Amino acid sequence: MHNHNFDITIKNLSKIEGHTDVEVEVRDGKVVGSRMRVNENKRFFTEAAVGKPALAVHQIVSRICGTCSVAHLMCCINCVENALHVEPSEQTLALRDLMLYGLNIRDHAMHLYLFCLPDIFKKDSVLEFADSGYEHDLVHKAFDVKSAGNDLGTLIGGRAVHAPFPQVGGFLKIPKKEDAKRVAQTLKGIRAAAVEFVDIFHKCDFHFDTDTTYIALRNKRFSYLDGDLMTSDGLCIGHNNFRHHLEKFVVPYSTAPGFEFHGRPYMVGAMSRMNISKDTLHKDTVKDMGKPLKEFPSANVFHNNLAQAIEIVHCIDSAVELLEKMDFKEEPKKQIKPKKSQGIGVMEAPRGTLYYNLSIDGDGKIENADLVIPTSQNHVKMDLDIGALVQEKLDAGMGKEDMPLEIEKLIRAYDPCMSCATHFLRVKWK
Amino acid sequence: MFVEMLNKNYFAWKELLDFRYCAVLKSRNVLDEMDVAFVEGAISSDREKEKLELIRSKAKYLVAIGSCACTGGPSAQRNDFPENIKVKIDPFLKRWNLYEKVLPLDKVVKVDDKVDGCPMVEPVFLKVLDKYLKEFGVVKAEGAKDA
Repeated sequence: MHNHNFDITIKNLSKIEGHTDVEVEVRDGKVVGSRMRVNENKRFFTEAAVGKPALAVHQIVSRICGTCSVAHLMCCINCVENALHVEPSEQTLALRDLMLYGLNIRDHAMHLYLFCLPDIFKKDSVLEFADSGYEHDLVHKAFDVKSAGNDLGTLIGGRAVHAPFPQVGGFLKIPKKEDAKRVAQTLKGIRAAAVEFVDIFHKCDFHFDTDTTYIALRNKRFSYLDGDLMTSDGLCIGHNNFRHHLEKFVVPYSTAPGFEFHGRPYMVGAMSRMNISKDTLHKDTVKDMGKPLKEFPSANVFHNNLAQAIEIVHCIDSAVELLEKMDFKEEPKKQIKPKKSQGIGVMEAPRGTLYYNLSIDGDGKIENADLVIPTSQNHVKMDLDIGALVQEKLDAGMGKEDMPLEIEKLIRAYDPCMSCATHFLRVKWK
Repeated sequence: MFVEMLNKNYFAWKELLDFRYCAVLKSRNVLDEMDVAFVEGAISSDREKEKLELIRSKAKYLVAIGSCACTGGPSAQRNDFPENIKVKIDPFLKRWNLYEKVLPLDKVVKVDDKVDGCPMVEPVFLKVLDKYLKEFGVVKAEGAKDA
């Protein structure tokens, strides 16, 4: 069994965000190479941002990715506000929290229920789920949860994808209290379904242990908007210093760059957040997620899915509380005068820590842009883990024909977004 | 946006449509004969051009969805970069065999309908879909009588 040679090639991996091929080479029973050959075409957004007004550039970077658009909007706005020393109001921050709760509900729901759930049910697609009974009900619930996240995003941002209302300094439009109550009711209505999905992902026996450093923002309320950057090794890093701890490099076979932290691969995303901050989840989530939460801190990559499922419940609980207690008052628009400056914005996107560094010239135009994308940060770890997984399965006697599905399941657990990861040019930051 | 539209339309579409190739939903995809191909994204390499031409050859109708497919959209913003930035991106275009200009679909193949917008405009998509559902007799055209 251990003395054979073969290659595994997966073209256009399905049920992920964007496009990648995967290659693994086995020689004399040992994995000698493994890689994600990301083949999304570069769109050069960091270059497109140059020369654009700092107060409007968030609508350009939003187009980096339809799925993660709200994360780019929020991080870019936060970055410009930091550069221009704009202090958003308490209400604005709460509205941004709500947008990110909506984003995480719909984004995690898409990934878990449409991309990963078929693997658990040993089917190719939700399209193959039965037309009646348990499976049919599950698909209904999946779209109900996803739709509720979309409703929340639409309520706050005007649209769930490329939201028009968020601006530097505030929001163009404030939701009406009665609409907020309606969306709170919708969210309460899908909570039981979200909890049921946590149970499914908790019972799932997919397993692959990895050994790495986990990095995520940590704050008192498991918000995606702010906090200190923490590592699972106990290091606390200021936003301004984060980039100095990272090394960016060209991955020669991939259109996406890779990052290392202190010269080693690391992981960002829901599992990192859960490993570092599970004690700060909403109290109602903690109350109902007792057993699943005991899995964390975890080194099982498939627990990234479980962490996302728990986050959906946390986002529902946190959003309902905010929607019910907020007054939603009209606020005077902030007068902002752009000036020569530089700012850094860091937040948690659904797939992990997102970093923006923008410099603005004296005319209020973007002069330089440096972005660190979650999937690029996980790129090196994913490449290595694909090889380690194949070696583990090979040693356990699994045949070549069964490997591709195992590789696909592992990559889906990481929840990569190739669209986000590839659209930047290498930047020399001085 | 298509995935978001599934929230409200999935069960209706599942009855009406046979998804032949949809990598976001399934792995076992086949590019064989299609009544209508809905294609998103712009064209910036031979690899993409050849795939689009293959899709066109298999589909009776082809609909461009989203700004990138209809006009080049955000993908084509590099077409208008100033020279000093074009010089910077040039090595990347060469390394990855990318075209100097990003193209909308109708510069490569015949496009029968467009659903523009970033994100695409949902009511327009639904209208175009309905048009083809009627064209292929999947749903009854207004005013049509039972045979």
